Amino acid sequence: MSETTAGVVFIAAMLAALALSYKPLGDYMYRVVTREHHRKVERGIYRVIGARPGTEQNWAGYARSVLAFSVVSILVLFLFQRVQSALPFSNGFIGVEPGLAWNTAVSFTTNTNWQAYSGEATMGIFVQASGLAVQNFVSAAVGIAVAIVLVRGFARKATDKLGNFWVDLTRIVLWVLLPISLVAAIVLIGGGVVQNLTDFTSASTTTGDQTITGGLIASQEAIKNLGTNGGGPFNANAAHPFENPTSWTNFVIIYLLLVIPFSLPRTFGRLVGQNRQGYAIAAVMGVIALASVSLVVGFENMANGTVPQAVSAAMEGKEVRFGIPDSGLFAAATTLTSTGSVNSFHDSYTSFGGGVLMLDMMLGEVAPGGVGAGLYGMLVLATITVFIAGLMVGRTPEYLGKKIGAREIKLASLYFLVTPALLLIGVAASIAVPENLESMQDAGPHGLSEMLYAFASASNNNGSAFAGFGANTPWFNTALGLCMLFGRFLPIILVLALAGSLAKQKPVPATAGTFPTHKPLFVGMVVGVTIILVALTFLPVLALGPIADGLQ
Amino acid sequence: MARLPRWISQHLAALRAVLVLTAITGVLYPLAVLAVAQIPGLAGKADGSLIYDDAGNVVGSSLIGQEFTDADGEALLQYFQSRPSMAAGETGAYDPLASGASNLGPENVVDTLPDPELGWDGDANAAKSLLTQVCERSLAIGEREGVDGSRPYCTDTGIGAVLGVYYSEGTTGDVTRVVSLNEQCDTTETPFLKEYEGVQVECAAYGDDHAAAIITPIAGDAPADPQVPADAVTASGSGLDPHISPAYAELQTDRIAAERGTSTDEIEDLVEEHTTGRFLGFMGEPAVNVVELNLALDEELPLT
Repeated sequence: MSETTAGVVFIAAMLAALALSYKPLGDYMYRVVTREHHRKVERGIYRVIGARPGTEQNWAGYARSVLAFSVVSILVLFLFQRVQSALPFSNGFIGVEPGLAWNTAVSFTTNTNWQAYSGEATMGIFVQASGLAVQNFVSAAVGIAVAIVLVRGFARKATDKLGNFWVDLTRIVLWVLLPISLVAAIVLIGGGVVQNLTDFTSASTTTGDQTITGGLIASQEAIKNLGTNGGGPFNANAAHPFENPTSWTNFVIIYLLLVIPFSLPRTFGRLVGQNRQGYAIAAVMGVIALASVSLVVGFENMANGTVPQAVSAAMEGKEVRFGIPDSGLFAAATTLTSTGSVNSFHDSYTSFGGGVLMLDMMLGEVAPGGVGAGLYGMLVLATITVFIAGLMVGRTPEYLGKKIGAREIKLASLYFLVTPALLLIGVAASIAVPENLESMQDAGPHGLSEMLYAFASASNNNGSAFAGFGANTPWFNTALGLCMLFGRFLPIILVLALAGSLAKQKPVPATAGTFPTHKPLFVGMVVGVTIILVALTFLPVLALGPIADGLQ
Repeated sequence: MARLPRWISQHLAALRAVLVLTAITGVLYPLAVLAVAQIPGLAGKADGSLIYDDAGNVVGSSLIGQEFTDADGEALLQYFQSRPSMAAGETGAYDPLASGASNLGPENVVDTLPDPELGWDGDANAAKSLLTQVCERSLAIGEREGVDGSRPYCTDTGIGAVLGVYYSEGTTGDVTRVVSLNEQCDTTETPFLKEYEGVQVECAAYGDDHAAAIITPIAGDAPADPQVPADAVTASGSGLDPHISPAYAELQTDRIAAERGTSTDEIEDLVEEHTTGRFLGFMGEPAVNVVELNLALDEELPLT
């Protein structure tokens, strides 16, 4: 079998695995978030928190809880890193310096997992497992909870009650993320991912000495991908043999980072009582994702560019055991979701291959997107599509029985504008300061690509990087930190507000004039709207970066 | 006790939530996985797939690559060589404390030349482009294995073949001046190309700024499919890649057989034993584990 054929089969197998999980996982998540009865362990947790599980919140109350939880999370994680040296299992590392600790706390709380540090040289076992990995769980749960609230907005009638944040958070962590992570971690250990409490092991190798690192890696590897976080314990992330030792653990990891985002449309379909609406959203995600995967893998196989042609393959920054197609799929999957873990290094990708990865993030990470964030992003785009379709035929647009009026479309438009604004203003402001140009490792258009990638990654809470970029400066730690914060929480507030305004409405009955939102026409329109909106926003700057780079 | 303002009680609730969820997902969960990892069959893997010698000392991990070079970084000819590694720490390359990639882009083709008085090793500002690194490695491996180490876009001397071309109108018009950007005057007798578009090619003088020139890589006439395989001239993502491609292993078997005074067949059998194919026939790429292979070489065909 040729490398390309094997790659195609690999992608097809991934597609099959995701299709098989769609119904069972989607239905299961539906049952978790709708179950009336509170289990004993849940009630115990609510008592500790001081939450009243019977009381539902309106959108503003829900938003206040989300924000309070996230602010406290940032503070706790910041302090945790600062006092590292006084804690056990710190591997002898000192406390993380304030700028970096702030950047990292924001990064993990916002589900970004941008890492301006090298894991094995900065963070001990305790901070990794009990600080960073905890945010891998809870930031993922926050994303899913917000998506569920938006869906409740569509599904509920004439109410301002949208659920209880503490209930949603607890249940998603306990019954969705924990059990899958537990199983996945053990499977990964079977492939060779490490799980121990040893900081360093000295080896006398054939020719000298080597210090072999340890840690609670498997448990973190599982959730960092399942929760589309991406922040790995090691600098080399999932290219590191202790995180991703074999070709099949590579398959498992890619599956983990795609499975929840691709199954959530099913949960959405169940909640609104029409499974076909879920299929339509999943189809939009699938079409865009397949196009992106084909482009990335295709460009990497073609190996255009001076160095790839000199080498005869785009092999720089890639591992032998994965090969080029499976590395390309990983790269596409990690940028299409908000994961940002990498099994190969994007900075060394071909110009066009790297450009598609950037575009994946600029799409707003909706195909399928981060856990929860992908679904709510896609539902906002569907709302905009319904509005545009309504303009075409001159009818008041409606989606799932809810009128899309002035307030709804304002919120949806603001949502869409947040990340492009952060990204483009961030890049423009950074370029205007001459010393920032020193952070670019490569000269010419590729240098711009590096900076563009950094802001695309931070604003969309991805976390991957063109890692040659020197981001650990006061300017970039601050600017990228702000992009992560605003890029996460402004959209969340807007989505919750949208949910509130939808839930208040009484549904309008569907008539012969209602635009059906479960047919291929609608799927095609959402794909079109997504691509046109993003292309109009970003083509000029992409032309100066990756496109100029590739046409040299 | 007076009731706390709502915004304070809300944040206290959040703090309690963070703490209880930390206990569950940050302590119980990893320790539960750790407990399961102690069962036989998993324990060795969870500890890092460590390899022990007869005396019980750790000699490496079968998952973490090693370099097989002498103190000066020269290849030890009796061992299979690993891929280039960017995980350079205090103990040389393949340092697990410094995992990582080069992160150099596909058009990283112009060297930052060193001050001639200091040389490449002495001048901290000097940097070889990714292209020159690839060319240099290919040439060295070709010489070591007795094959043609030439590659497209590389000079015969193992440097990136890149011209800086000046045009009369900036980016268009007649060629007015051509500089071979990576060939420094004091180490270059004649540039790899005599003329370009009728203009004589100059060597590059230290300190000259050629930002106004159009960067023009020259493919040359080397075969598009070079004899030294791709993985041999590129650094991996982790810098710890324990594998090489079967093609790179095959390129090295003759040398190993000669060094160890045995037949090529015997070496090929050993390589075969330490090659993993694609999992289920389609996952990943075939790979040869260099660390295990070299340990097997020392055990079965010790140097006399």
